[in-house]
Amino acid sequence: MSVAALLEGKRICVCGGSGGVGKTTTSAAIALGMAAQGAKVAVVTIDPAKRLANALGLEELGNEPRLVEPERLCSGGLELRGELWAMMLDPKRTFDELIERLAPDARSAEEILANRVYRELSTAVAGSQEFTAVSKLYELDKEYDFDLLVLDTPPSRNALDFLDAPGRLTSFLEGRVLKMFMRPTGLGMRILGRGSGTLGAVLQRVTGVDLLADLSTFFRLLGTMTDDFRARAAEVEKMLKASTTAFVVVTSAQREPVDEAIWFRRTLQETGLPFTGVIVNRVHHEILGSAPGGSDEVAAALETGLERELAARVAENFYDYHVLARRDELNIARLASGNDDRPLMLVPHFDDDVHDVEGLLRIHRYLFASDADRARMIAEVVA
Amino acid sequence: MSGLLDKRLIFVTGKGGVGKSTVAIALGLLGARFGLRTIVVELAAQDRVRLALDGGQGETFVEHELAPGLFTISIDPQHAMDEYLRVKVGPVGHALGSSKLFQAFAMATPGMRELLTVGKVWELAQLERRTRGAAPYDLVVVDAPASGHGLSILRTPRTFAEIAHVGPIAHQGRAIAATIADHEFTAVIAVATPEEMPVTETLSLRDALMSDGLELHDVIVNAVYPTRFDADDAVALRLAAEDGLSPAALAAVRAALSQGARVAHQQRQLDRLAAGLGERLVQLPFVFADHLDRPELEHLAYALGAGLASKKGTITPIRTPAKT
Repeated sequence: MSVAALLEGKRICVCGGSGGVGKTTTSAAIALGMAAQGAKVAVVTIDPAKRLANALGLEELGNEPRLVEPERLCSGGLELRGELWAMMLDPKRTFDELIERLAPDARSAEEILANRVYRELSTAVAGSQEFTAVSKLYELDKEYDFDLLVLDTPPSRNALDFLDAPGRLTSFLEGRVLKMFMRPTGLGMRILGRGSGTLGAVLQRVTGVDLLADLSTFFRLLGTMTDDFRARAAEVEKMLKASTTAFVVVTSAQREPVDEAIWFRRTLQETGLPFTGVIVNRVHHEILGSAPGGSDEVAAALETGLERELAARVAENFYDYHVLARRDELNIARLASGNDDRPLMLVPHFDDDVHDVEGLLRIHRYLFASDADRARMIAEVVA
Repeated sequence: MSGLLDKRLIFVTGKGGVGKSTVAIALGLLGARFGLRTIVVELAAQDRVRLALDGGQGETFVEHELAPGLFTISIDPQHAMDEYLRVKVGPVGHALGSSKLFQAFAMATPGMRELLTVGKVWELAQLERRTRGAAPYDLVVVDAPASGHGLSILRTPRTFAEIAHVGPIAHQGRAIAATIADHEFTAVIAVATPEEMPVTETLSLRDALMSDGLELHDVIVNAVYPTRFDADDAVALRLAAEDGLSPAALAAVRAALSQGARVAHQQRQLDRLAAGLGERLVQLPFVFADHLDRPELEHLAYALGAGLASKKGTITPIRTPAKT
C-alpha cells in the first residue's frame, strides 16, 4: 500500500518513533508526497539542526506555517498540484502563546510570563514540550484550512512521552499542590506570611525564600488556568483519537528502535489511538533473497573477473553486508507479527544520507509507490 | 592514559540514536580496565547498562556491581530526593520525604527532576560521599539524554542557583554548577555518527555549550565504516561488473561499490567535524553484528582506548565471527 492510500481521508498524520530513525525526513517526505497529489499540507517539525528548513528553501522556519516555494521542489522533477507548508515548533513560544490564550486576563498572563520560574524553567515541566506540540497541532487544525497536517513528534528518547503529556500536565495542574497554593489561606500564603508550620518551615529551609516566593506565584497563576488547560487537553485527546487521524510508527531496522516501535504500537492500540502503519527506514535488503555461500565461495566466483586480493576484500565486504541484511530481516519479522494487517513499508539504506530536496524526493518515491512498484525499485537497488 | 580518563565526571550526550549508551558502556569498561573504580550512570529510568552487561540482575535505583571495579546505577529523581532529604535535613526531612503533599510539590516544580538527577550524579562523583559508608568513585560516566535535554540537565543547577539566590538550593546549585564548569574535574563529550544531521547537531551543541562557558572535550564518532576500496579498486570493480559475472559475484561487486560510496559520504562528514572540532575527534568502528553483546562492547572499549590515546582511531571493523 502506498502512503497516499494510507492517508486517504485523513486530516492529521502523527509520525512517532525513537530518536535518530529518520522521523523528520520521513514526515517531510510524507507531506511532500501528499502535496504533490493535490492536497494543501503543512508539516510541523522539530528539527533543531534546521537542515530541513534549508533544504525546503526557507532560511528559518517560524512558529507559524510558511509556504514552501514550489520551484524549490520542481527542480527535483516533482510536479506539485497542491501546496506544501512547513513550520518549526518553538516550544517556548507556543507555551507563551498558550498562556496568553488561556489566562483569565491580560494582567495574569503578563504576571506569569514575567515569573522567573516560568521564564527559566517552564520548558522543563515534564511533558510541556510534548503538550505544546500537540496543542499547536490542535490550533492549526482549528484555525487553518489545511487538508492534512503532518506532525514530526518531539525527539524524546521515550517515544511515548508525548502521548502521556496532556494527561500528565493536567494532572499536575489539577494536583492538590496547586489547590493548596491557590487558596488565600493555603500553604503558599502561610509560608510567605509567617513561615510557620513544620512543612512550611522545612520547605523554606530547603528551597530558600526567593525561590519559594517565585514558585508559589507560579503555581498560583497556573492554577487559575486549570479548567482551561483541562478543556484544551480533552479537545486534543479527542482530535488524536478521531478516525481522521493516523499514527504512523517510524523506525530503523536495528534492535533497539524496533523494540521501541513495537512498544509504541502496542500502546497506541491499547489506548485507542488510530495506529495506521509502520515505516522502516535504512533497510539493508538481502541481495540474493537467501543467504549467500561462505566468503570463500563468493571470492572464488569473483576471481574470474578480479584480482585475487581485491576479490577477497569484496567477498569480506559482502559477508558483512549480509550480516546486516540478516539482522534487519529478523527485526522486520518481529515488527510484522502483531501489525494487525496494517502496512509495513520498507525504505532501503541509501549510499548517502542527503537531507536536501533530492533526498526527500527519493524517500517520497518509495513511500508513494504501490507495493509492486516498491518491490521493483528495491530489486533495482540491490541488483 | 588519555586526558579524558583523568576526569572524574564525564557526561556523554549527542543526537538520538547515535549510540550514546554504547559509548558510555565502552567508557565504563575502559575505565575499569585501567583500574579505576568506575560507575556508569543512566538517567530517566533507562536501564540499558544492567541489561547489556548483566542480563538485568540487581535493583534498578541502587549502585550495582557488574564486574570488579565496574558499577552501574539508574537515577530516579524521586529516589534521589528521598535520599537527599534523609541525609541533609535529618529526621524532619525523612518525614517530609514521606509526605505525599511535599512529594507532589517537589515533583511538580519545573526543573526539579533535572536538579535532583544532576545532584545525585554530583554526589556520586564526590570524594566524600553523602551516602554513609559509600566508597568514592574514580570515574563517573553519565549516559545523558540527547543534546537538547542533555544541555538543560547541565544548565539547571545554575538556573536554580540564580533564582533561589540564597538558601540551600542556591548553595547546592552553585556547588554543582561549579563542578560542571570545572574543566579539570568534568568533561562533556558528544557522540555522533558520520552522517549529516548528527554532525550538524554536534556542531550546534559545541556552540551552545560554549555560550554556557562549557566545552566539548571530545567527540566520539561512532559506527565509522572501514575504508576497503580505493579509486583504482572502484575502476576495477566497475569494469568487472560489466563482464559476465555470476549473480552472486555481481551482487558482491555492487555491494562493494555501494560501500565505497558510503565511505566517501562519511569522509565528507568527518571532514566537516574535523574542520569544526580539530583534534577532538575519536573514531569508533562500525560493528557488523546482529546486536551488541559483551564481546562487541569489550572490542569497542579497546578501540576507544586506542582512539583516545592516539586521537585518530584505527578503523578495523568489528565483526561477529561466522557461526559454524
